[in-house]
Amino acid sequence: MTTIKLTLNGREVEAQPGQTILQAALDHNIDIPHLCHDPRLVPTGACRLCLVEIKGQSGLHTSCTRLVEPGLAVETESPAVRASRKNTLELLLSEHRVACTTCDADGGCLLQDYAYRYQAAESRFPNVATPEGRPNYTSGNKGLEYDPSKCVRCHRCVRICAEVVCAEALTMKQRALKSEVATAFDLPLNDSTCELCGQCIDACPTGALVARAAKGLGRAKDLEKVRTTCTYCGVGCQMDLNVNRKLNRIVRVTSEPGCIPNDGNLCVKGRFGFDFVTSPERLTTPLIREGDRLREASWDEALALVGRRLREIRDTHGPDSLAFLSSCRCTNEENYLAQKVARCAGGTNNIDQCATTCHAPSVAGLAAVFGSGAMTNSIGEIKNIQTLFVIGCNATEAHPIVGLEMKKALRRGAKLIVVDPRKTWLAQHADLHIQHRPGTDNFLINAMMNYIIENNLHDPAFIADRCEQFDAYRENLKEYSIDRAAEVCGISPDLIRRAAEMYAKGTPSSIFYTLGITEHTCGTENVQNLGNLAMLCGQIGKESSGVNPLRGQNNVQGGCDMGAIHSVLPGYQKVADEAVRKKFAQAWGVEIPTNKGGRVTDFIEQADSGLLRAFYCFGEDPAMSEPNQDHVVACLKKLEFLVCQEIFMSETAKLAHVILPSTCFAEKDGTFSNTERRVQRVRKAVDPPGLARPDWQILCQVATAMGYPLHYNHPGEIFDEMAALTPSYAGISYARIDQVGLQWPCPAKDHPGTRYLHEGRFTRGRGLFHVIKFRPPAENPDRDYPLILSTGRTLYHYNIGNMTRKSGAIDQKEPANFVEINSADAAKFGLAADDNARITTRRGSIVAAARVGERVRQGTIWMPFHFVESSTNLLTNDAFDNITRTAEYKCCAARIEKA
Amino acid sequence: MSVSTMAPLEPALKVIADLAPVTEGRIIPLLQKLQEAYGYLPRDVVLEVVRRTGLPASRVFGVATFYSQFRLTPGGRHTVRCCRGTACHVRGSKAVLSAVKSHLAIDDGETTPDLKFSLETVACLGTCFLAPVIMVDNDYFGSMTPGGIKKVLDAYQ
Ligand code: SF4
Ligand code: SF4
Ligand code: SF4
Ligand code: FES
Ligand code: FES
Repeated sequence: MTTIKLTLNGREVEAQPGQTILQAALDHNIDIPHLCHDPRLVPTGACRLCLVEIKGQSGLHTSCTRLVEPGLAVETESPAVRASRKNTLELLLSEHRVACTTCDADGGCLLQDYAYRYQAAESRFPNVATPEGRPNYTSGNKGLEYDPSKCVRCHRCVRICAEVVCAEALTMKQRALKSEVATAFDLPLNDSTCELCGQCIDACPTGALVARAAKGLGRAKDLEKVRTTCTYCGVGCQMDLNVNRKLNRIVRVTSEPGCIPNDGNLCVKGRFGFDFVTSPERLTTPLIREGDRLREASWDEALALVGRRLREIRDTHGPDSLAFLSSCRCTNEENYLAQKVARCAGGTNNIDQCATTCHAPSVAGLAAVFGSGAMTNSIGEIKNIQTLFVIGCNATEAHPIVGLEMKKALRRGAKLIVVDPRKTWLAQHADLHIQHRPGTDNFLINAMMNYIIENNLHDPAFIADRCEQFDAYRENLKEYSIDRAAEVCGISPDLIRRAAEMYAKGTPSSIFYTLGITEHTCGTENVQNLGNLAMLCGQIGKESSGVNPLRGQNNVQGGCDMGAIHSVLPGYQKVADEAVRKKFAQAWGVEIPTNKGGRVTDFIEQADSGLLRAFYCFGEDPAMSEPNQDHVVACLKKLEFLVCQEIFMSETAKLAHVILPSTCFAEKDGTFSNTERRVQRVRKAVDPPGLARPDWQILCQVATAMGYPLHYNHPGEIFDEMAALTPSYAGISYARIDQVGLQWPCPAKDHPGTRYLHEGRFTRGRGLFHVIKFRPPAENPDRDYPLILSTGRTLYHYNIGNMTRKSGAIDQKEPANFVEINSADAAKFGLAADDNARITTRRGSIVAAARVGERVRQGTIWMPFHFVESSTNLLTNDAFDNITRTAEYKCCAARIEKA
Repeated sequence: MSVSTMAPLEPALKVIADLAPVTEGRIIPLLQKLQEAYGYLPRDVVLEVVRRTGLPASRVFGVATFYSQFRLTPGGRHTVRCCRGTACHVRGSKAVLSAVKSHLAIDDGETTPDLKFSLETVACLGTCFLAPVIMVDNDYFGSMTPGGIKKVLDAYQ
C-alpha cells in the first residue's frame, strides 16, 4: 500500500490511506486532544476538541473525521485552534461537576488533562451541571456507577456498547443539557440487554462511568498497570491489572485499544472476575489431614510428608500406582514442570490435564487428520471470513472476544451458518440456523458432504494434491442421504442443502467449534469429520480458512503443548519414540518411563479398582467437574494418598490428605498459550496471601522431596529449558514476547511465528480422510427419562464457578443455577417461568429455576455447571469418547418436574 | 413481563403490520403511529414491539425522549397549554405559568396523578393580541392573570 505524505506542524509525515488526520497525528506522537474519539468506533465529530487548521482552507476542521490527503498542511496547535479548544473546554467545565479531589479518574481523565493543558477556567461560565447523586440506570448495580454530573456527553459508552459489543444496552436520552446516558425506559442495568462487560467504563474519557467496587481504592494516578493475560478463557485477552501497591490489591482491570488479540476489549469475566484474588477463602497455609480434620502445618512438614508418601507408594506398587493431574489454569512453565515431575520424580506417564474434560478430541482428532491438533487460523483473520460455519459453539458467551470478531465479520457482510440445538446469539443472527437434535452431528456432516460431492461443489484438485484415502471415505458417505439426515437430526432437508452450498461456495469459509462437538462419545470422530469437510472443499491452509477449535481454559493449549499428556512429551513428541525418549533422558538425567499412562477419567476408575493409590492434583477440581459426581467422590475417597495444590478449598481438596496453598495468575510470572497458539506473558501484580507459594516453586520442592532435586530461580529459566527441547517453541523467549505474543510454530529466534497452519502442506504430509459412521449418544431418551439434557457455560461464570462467583458484580447478575426448557415442554410438564424444577437422571437429582422460552429445542433441556450448591454434574453421564475418554456432557436422558 | 397488566397489543400489532418491515430507519414513524393509537407510548407496549421487531430498545427509547412530540406517560383528559412566546412573556406569562404549575402541583410535561390535566408550554399560540394566553383543549383564554387560573381550570371536569 502506498503511503500518503502530509505535513503536520511543519513536519512531513507518512500516513496510511483511509486514516484520519487524528490517527496519523497520534501515530506520530502528536497528541491532538480528542474526547469523543476511540479507534474502535465510527467517528462522530461531536466534541469539537480535535479541531485543526488546514492551510488554504477556511475555518477549523475536526481531525477525527477528515481523512488524510496528499500535501495537506495541518496545524494542530495554532493560536486559533488553542483559543477554540480553551473555549470548548470552559463550556464543558460549566456543565461538569468539577470534583477532581474525590474522583477516581483523577490522573486518568481527559477533561482534566486538557483543561490543564489549555488552562481552561472552571468558572468562566456559570456552572449548570446536573446535581450530584441523581438516581439513574446504574443505581444499585454492583459493577458500574454512572454519574451524570461528570458526563461530557461524548457518546463513547453508547457507541462502544452498540458498535463493538452489539449489546445495545445504552442510549442518550433527551436533549441538550438534560441529556444523559440511560437504558431503555431507565431499566436497571441488569434488567437491560447489558452484558456487564464494562467496555463502557473503559471507553469513558472522564470519571462519569466507573467500576463501583473500585471507588475509593485509588485514583488513576495512584495505580500501577501490570500488563498480563486473562486467566479465564482461551482467547487470552491482554489486560492491565490496575494495582494499588499500598494495599497490595488489584483495584480494577482495564485494557488498551490496539493490543493483540483483543484490541482493548474484555468480557465480563476478564473485567470483573478478579475479586477471588483477595477472597478471605483463599488457602494461606499448608494443611495435613488428621482423621476427619485438616490441621495447619509448616511447608517443611507438608513437603516432607508428600515426598515420602509418593516415593513409598511408587516404590512399593510401581509407576501405575501414582498419577498427576496438571492444571490448564496454570502457566506453561508449571505444566512443563508437572509432567517433568511426574516422569522424572514419579517415574510414570500417568499425567493429564483438563483437556480430557473438553478438547482432547480436538488434539487427537486434528492430529490424526492434519498432523497438528490446534486452531489452524488466528483471531485476527476472523473479520475477513466470508462464510462462518459455527457448530456446537456459543462464542459470544464462551469466547466473547472471538465473538466480537465474528460480529465484526457479520457487519462486513459475512454469511453465518450456526449448527446448535440452542438459539444462541449467533444462531439468532445467522443466515441459517440448524437446530438439530443433540448428538446427531455426524449424520448431518456426512449428509452435507455427500450432497457436496453429488453436486460437484467439492475441490478435486485440492483433494488430489493434498489428501489421501478419499475413495473409502467417499464410499461411506453414500449411506447418508439428505432425507435420512433430516429425519435423524430432526430438521428440514432444505436447510442441510443450503448449508452445504453456502459452506462449499464461501471464499473463504472457516469452521469454528467447541465442546458441542467434543463432549460426546463420538467426540474425536466429530472432530475428524469436520476435518473431512474442510479438506473436501479445500477450505483449509489459507488465510481466514480452516478448522478452528476454540480452546476453553486460558492455558489448555499450553497444557497440551507442554506434554502434560500421558502419550507425549513437550511439543507433542511421542513417548513411544525411542529417539525422543533419549533426547529427554539426556536433558533430564533420568530414563523416561514407558508405562502407558492414562487420563483423568482412567485415574478415577483406577482409584476405584485400587490400581491407583496416590493422586497429585493441582489447580483442578475433578470432584466438581467430572460427570456423575457422587461416583467420582466415592472413588477419590478410596485413595491412599491425595495431594491437592490449590488456591481454594475445592470439592476435591476437601478429600485430600495434604493441601498445599498455591498462587493465582496475578501472583506469579510465566506464560499462557491462547487458543490461536499465541504464547503470551503472565506477570506478577500482587503478593500471594499468607504462606501461599507459586506453583512452579511448589512443584520443584515436591520433586526434590521425592528425591529428584529440581531448582530454578525464575520461571524464565524453565521456559528456556522447555524451548530448547520443544521445536515448535524454540524461537520464543520472554524478551521476544514482552510486548506482543508469538504464535507457534516458531522454530527459530528470527522466525516471526505462524498465523495459520497447513499452508501448501499438512503437518503430517497429506491430509488423511477418515471414514466416520454415525453413532448415537450412549444414553437416549425413553419413557422414564424423556428429555435430552445438555450442559455448558454461560457468559457470566467460568467452569466450576469458584473464581467468578466471588465477584459481587457477577454474582448480582447471575446468582444461581437454572434450567432452560422449551415453552411447549414446560406446559407439558407443568412448569411456569421461574418455577423451581427438579431435574433427575439415572445418576442424580437436583433443583434449579426454570427458564422457559424458545432458546432450546423441544425435547431438550440445558443447564450450566457453575453452581456447587446445585451441581449439574450430579446428573451427567460418565460415558466416554472411545478414543480420548472425554465424557458425554452434551447428552444424557433426563426428566423434569415441578419441585 | 406479565401480559395481563399491559395495554391491549392489537393496535400495536396493526402498526407493525402496516409499517413492515420495521427497520431502524423507521423508528420515528413507528413511534408516531403508536402514539396515535395509544395517546402516548406505553412502556410495556414499546418493549413488546421492540421484542417483535428486533429493534434495539435503547435506541427506540433514545428517539422517543429526544423529540418533544412523543410522550411516555398517558396524557390527562385535558391539556393545558401555556404560551411562553415573546408577546406573552412581555405581558407576564411567566407568572401565569407559575400559577398553573402550583395550582395543579405538576411541572411542564407532567400529568396530574388523577389524570385530569397535562401541562405543556408552547412557543406561540398565534393569538398574541390576547397575550398572555393559555389554552385548555381547544379553548383559548386571553389576558390571563395568575389569580384567574383557578376559575378557568375549575370549569373542567
Ligand atoms: S457493560 Fe458492556 S454491555 Fe453493559 S452497558 Fe456497558 S458496554 Fe454495554
Ligand atoms: S458516561 Fe462517559 S463515555 Fe458516556 S457519554 Fe458520558 S462522558 Fe462519554
Ligand atoms: S474473552 Fe476470555 S480471555 Fe477475554 S476477557 Fe473474556 S474470559 Fe478473559
Ligand atoms: S475527537 Fe474529533 S470531535 Fe471529538
Ligand atoms: S406569544 Fe403568546 S400567543 Fe404569541
